[in-house]
Amino acid sequence: MYTPYPENMMESVKKVEATRAERMSTEPRRLTADEKDALLKEFHPDYNPEAFAEIKVGPNKGQKAPIELAEMIHSTSRILNEDIDITKIDYDVDVLVIGGGGAGSSCAIEAHNAGADVMIVTKLRIGDANTMMAEGGIQAADKENDSPVQHYLDCFGGGHFAARPELVKRLVMEAPDAIKWLNELGVMFDKDGDGRMVTTHGGGTSRKRMHACKDYSGAEIMRTLRDEVLNRKIPVVEFTSAVEIIKDEKGQAAGAVLLNMETGDYSVARAKTVVIATGGAGRMHYQGFPTSNHYGATADGLILGYRAGVPLLYQDSIQYHPTGVAYPVQMLGALVTEKVRSVGAQLVNGNGEAYIHPLETRDVNASGVIRECREGRGVEAPGGQKGVWLDTPMIEILGGEGTIEKRIPAMFRMYMNYGIDMRKVPILIYPTLHYQNGGLEIDGEGFTKTIPNLLAAGEAAGGIHGRNRLMGNSLLDVIVFGRNAGKKAAAKAKEVELGTMNLNHVTDYDEELKGVSLDTGDVSPKLLPKYARHER
Amino acid sequence: MEKMVNVYFSGKKYSVPADLTIMTAMEYAGYTWKRGCGCRHGFCGACATIYRIKGKNELKTCLACQTQVEEGMYVASIPFFPSDKRTYEIEDIKPTQQIMMELYPEIYSCIGCNACTKACTQDLNVMQYIAYAQRGEFEKCAEESFDCIGCGCCTVRCPAGISHPHVGVLARRLTGKYIAPKTEHLENRVEEVNRGEYDELIEQIMQKPITELKELYNTREIEK
Repeated sequence: MYTPYPENMMESVKKVEATRAERMSTEPRRLTADEKDALLKEFHPDYNPEAFAEIKVGPNKGQKAPIELAEMIHSTSRILNEDIDITKIDYDVDVLVIGGGGAGSSCAIEAHNAGADVMIVTKLRIGDANTMMAEGGIQAADKENDSPVQHYLDCFGGGHFAARPELVKRLVMEAPDAIKWLNELGVMFDKDGDGRMVTTHGGGTSRKRMHACKDYSGAEIMRTLRDEVLNRKIPVVEFTSAVEIIKDEKGQAAGAVLLNMETGDYSVARAKTVVIATGGAGRMHYQGFPTSNHYGATADGLILGYRAGVPLLYQDSIQYHPTGVAYPVQMLGALVTEKVRSVGAQLVNGNGEAYIHPLETRDVNASGVIRECREGRGVEAPGGQKGVWLDTPMIEILGGEGTIEKRIPAMFRMYMNYGIDMRKVPILIYPTLHYQNGGLEIDGEGFTKTIPNLLAAGEAAGGIHGRNRLMGNSLLDVIVFGRNAGKKAAAKAKEVELGTMNLNHVTDYDEELKGVSLDTGDVSPKLLPKYARHER
Repeated sequence: MEKMVNVYFSGKKYSVPADLTIMTAMEYAGYTWKRGCGCRHGFCGACATIYRIKGKNELKTCLACQTQVEEGMYVASIPFFPSDKRTYEIEDIKPTQQIMMELYPEIYSCIGCNACTKACTQDLNVMQYIAYAQRGEFEKCAEESFDCIGCGCCTVRCPAGISHPHVGVLARRLTGKYIAPKTEHLENRVEEVNRGEYDELIEQIMQKPITELKELYNTREIEK
């Protein structure tokens, strides 16, 4: 017998196998709206009052944020005591894009298309971003039984009716064109012989509109965008982080102070329009959760924007992806794509029960996993991490032998590295910190609410997904809002007249911190998580 | 007591817990990554690494984030390698053998040593996809190279100076854009949107009160 797990886990696997045939004959019931609400309130981490702190300064003063984010909001600027001459300009461009992920790259391509002099600065390399790691797919209502209106309903309802209607409208209406644009850049979507897209469900979708590139969807999109940015010879300044926005006396954005991550030297970029496309915050490890995010996901853009006076929206709403790796420990928190459930795997507890429908929205399914574990129906892995099963052998039974290697090759490879063959045994999962639902508040055109030539796009922007994002709407969001930001930033740059650059808002912010006696002893933005262990 | 192993980072010895990956072991040893660390989950190729086990001759390549430490591992990170991406206009090129000859002529200098395939951290048949590229069989090249994460270990080991991942990207873009069949339902939908066919409907749903939207959402039909 094949036994890749310790004894207690194999005991539970036997229960999962014993109920498989019966489970496969019936689809688990969907929860009612009231049942979902009750489950969320009791088990979703967003409802844990101890994990949030009150924001003491800035536009969102008095509101809640995760403790770790509040700590960064309450920390001082990195450049407060640095002697930086901002009249010495190192880079002078029309459009400055901060961030080299999916949103930043799409933005740069469209700004370049519009004839702007555009530059990308990015903390790590171009493509070191959550976009690269998005596995499952990208939504767009492009089939006959579907429509942008249906997509709107799924997105708005799935986000608990909290999204900004004008942003959802742009997301769903421009979705088909986003897919077409990517396809014409050469992205290889999964298609059948006649060219029809192979589409599946995601959690909370009412139509099968998830387009994919195997389970390398984000990687295929990102490497194509990166190739295109390089083909166009758009300057990309890597290992260089924006640490403060520079403004002028009219209150406009005028550029950014940049930090060379390797040498520690500062430089100055001047720009007529600035786009914050810095991505997410998984590496802040809210509530101690492991994360599916890349190394640089530390909410930098939120801090830059906030200190410059841009309000945040839904900064207290975090997405925990229901299926992060719980075992083996080397992959703890790594994403197990929702597509595993789209192609047939059920969520099954330690007793072999399919306790929930596998395609409820992410917040609901994450809460379900936490409930099962907390109430003793989970499975304990060595080291004490609990989890429930994702019954992957079902995929091969439903789709035929070879389905796993064909449809989810990255997942198969990741587990085989550790000798776990998911075709034969289920895999153990637990929620992982995945996405920041909120971010900088933008208007329907992508501009920040308070600064007329500062834009935000991608995960750094808030309001598109309300309080819960559906699978496949983030890859879509980075393309739609990235492209939009590029077009708008290029057009706006033509009419902006910059005044004298200054950093007064940075010192003002510091005065505000002092005024409420805040001293965290730390600086922000965070830039990198502190993982190094030092013995003394 | 946790099981420990001895590993050597750039030749310097550290004792680290045996269940760590190379990436987390270096952090345990006190290093803070700047280069050589990206997604940490095997998708971005930032952490290409070369190692040798003490007393053994063979050089191995891996991703630091996906590889558990072993006793006697001598580790060198390859945070950057001067591979050579050629630039082109995707709108102007055609999926013919000629384009590979123009952009990546060195692929025809492949000596068939198979070092690229042996070095691949994704277990791809790299030499085979280069052979497909040589013959202008872009669809096969695209398929064979599809899981490439661009770590560049193949390029580091290639005696002919081939930049394999870039060849794969070109083949895939040619396939995605020119060779794969066109998607009619996508073209149609984009045109419908552009003609304004959904403008009124989307405004209507945007204007609906929340109570009505909740009812619509909770009773919507879900495609089987």
